[in-house]
Formats: sequence, structure tokens, C-alpha cells
Amino acid sequence: MKVSVYRYNPETDKKPYMMDFDVAIPEGKDLMVLDVLNLLKEQDPTLTYRRSCREGVCGSDGLSIGGTNGLACITPLSDAVRGNKLVIRPLPGLPVIRDLVVDMSLFYKQYEKIKPYLINETPAPAIERLQSPEDREKLDGLYECILCACCSTACPSFWWNPDKFVGPSGLLQAYRFLADSRDTATEERLAELDDPFSVFRCRGIMNCVNVCPKGLNPTRAIGHIRQMLFKSAT
Amino acid sequence: MVTNITNLSRSGLYDWMLQRLTAIVLGAYSVILLGYLVMNPGLQFSQWAELFDDTWMRIFTLLALISILAHAWVGMWTISTDYFNDRAFGSKSVLIRFPVQIVCFIALFSYVIWGVQILWGL
Repeated sequence: MKVSVYRYNPETDKKPYMMDFDVAIPEGKDLMVLDVLNLLKEQDPTLTYRRSCREGVCGSDGLSIGGTNGLACITPLSDAVRGNKLVIRPLPGLPVIRDLVVDMSLFYKQYEKIKPYLINETPAPAIERLQSPEDREKLDGLYECILCACCSTACPSFWWNPDKFVGPSGLLQAYRFLADSRDTATEERLAELDDPFSVFRCRGIMNCVNVCPKGLNPTRAIGHIRQMLFKSAT
Repeated sequence: MVTNITNLSRSGLYDWMLQRLTAIVLGAYSVILLGYLVMNPGLQFSQWAELFDDTWMRIFTLLALISILAHAWVGMWTISTDYFNDRAFGSKSVLIRFPVQIVCFIALFSYVIWGVQILWGL
């Protein structure tokens, strides 16, 4: 099978380029894209990419696979190969450090901006802050985000304004803390989001929903944030 | 919070809500005007002038013109900050963005004044 991989080493290459590999895929097996990258690494040890858990939990190997963002470790070849060719590029919109490794500083900066931790100034109870099963249920579909950046780097609004628009991943997390019954900083969190960029750059095109490897729905969370902003302001 | 001085209200929520409310006004105006044209085939100038002589039609048209001003300003401001920013044009992008915003505003403002002149036959 032909595999075309984005290559760029800033120390030796003037420009990025696509390198073609021929890989022998074992018969009757539907390998994951990460397995193919590992086979390529045997051919060319200089090929650079991130990977860690290899089971869709750590979020390290987010890549553009056949033009669609996804995690290499849980994307089977049968979903990724088009015309007997596999095309692998780094996540779009972020600066490339080398080959398939991107600089995620802007992505993390936006995550940091939404204060991704519980804020509660009331005295802590002796054991724990209890939450009813109903309140806990509100966090389902939000807490599962693994920060792989597949969604934010598939979002044109994040491509244009990654320094100002929080992006789908950050906003999913923002809603995760807005929805948490144990958090008491709702007003402060909403006030931080009421500018023309942080939330309202979302156009609802739902690329984020299409690519999320965990099947989450950032667009819905953004809709909830808008509703909360609307309710608190009217 | 990201600060801005050139968008309509400095609040993303207010701009967002206003864009939706003005869209409803513009939608209703378009449907009514289209309905009038369909129901009056072979329309004469006198009929057309009579329609716009009614106070309610003038109020509705002025509301539609102001809605276009607000709706298009929010939209054009958004487009200018999406495509004419530092990422696309470097640190001097403001030299492109700000003139584009001024041209858009002058054009939209002119449409409203021009519309008022036509409506009241000034």
C-alpha cells in the first residue's frame, strides 16, 4: 500500500514536502494508522510523530488522516485509505515543529483561559462536596474530552483566530465547569466569555462534532453557553 | 476576555442577538415585499408609490434599512477580523482591516440615508 506522509525538518528542509512510502500490510488484518506509522518508522527512523497510550485515551496522536482529523491509534485503515493510498499530515492550523508533531501552545493557552478547575469559595465540608446523581449526569458528554485537539484544529474559526477564539475543545471544557453543581464561579466564567471572539466566533459548522474521536458534541455545549449568557443578561 | 472597540456593541452576546433579531425583520420584510409583487402582477408606478406612501410601510422599510445596517455591520466586521488579521497579513494587518471596516460602515450608513431620501422623497 502507498502511504504519503508530510515531512518537515526545520534544521535541514527549506519547505515541507510529502514523502511516499510503500508498506506491506499483512493479509486479512485491518491495522490502525498508528501501526502503519510504526512500520514506516522501521523504514525511516527519522520520521517523527507523537504517540503514547495507543488506545485512544491519551490524545497524543491526533493527525490529519486522509484529510480528516482523528487519532491514529483508533482509526482503522479501512476508514482512512482512499484510492489505495493513505495520506497523513499533521493537525492543520498549528505550527509544525517537525514532521507530524505540532506546537500545541495556543491550544493549551485557550484551555488555560477557561480556568479548567473547580472554583468554590465556600468552606470545604469535612469529607467531600457531594453531588446528586442528576447533577453528576449533567457532566456526561463533557468530562470525557482528552484534549487531543482534533476538534479545534478542524475549526476554521480557530484557524483564523487561535489567539482569541477559545475553540471547541476549550468551550466544551468551559461548559463542563459551568454545568458543575459544585462550581460557584458561574457569573465570573460567563463574564469572561461575553466578548465577540471567545464564544461567538463559533459559526456552528460542526466540524468539531464530525471529527471528535470520543463522539462528543462541542457545538451543543457552545449552544448551552450561549443560552446561559442570554439568560444571565436578559 | 478579548477586548475590541470596532465591533457594534463590544459584547459578543449583544451582537449575536441583534444579528438574529435583525434577520427576522429582514426576513419578514422580504417575504411581505415578495408577496406584494406576486399578488400584484403588472404593477404600475402609481401603485408602487401608493404602497410606500403608507406610514406603516415607511416605518417598516426604515426598520429594514436600519436592520441591514446593524446586521451587515456585525457580519462585515466579523469577516474583516477573520480574514484581515495578523495571521493572514502580519503585524500591520490593521492597516488593511481598519480601512475595510471604514469603507463598509460608510457604504452601509449611506444606504440608510439614501433610503430615507427615497422614502420621504427628499
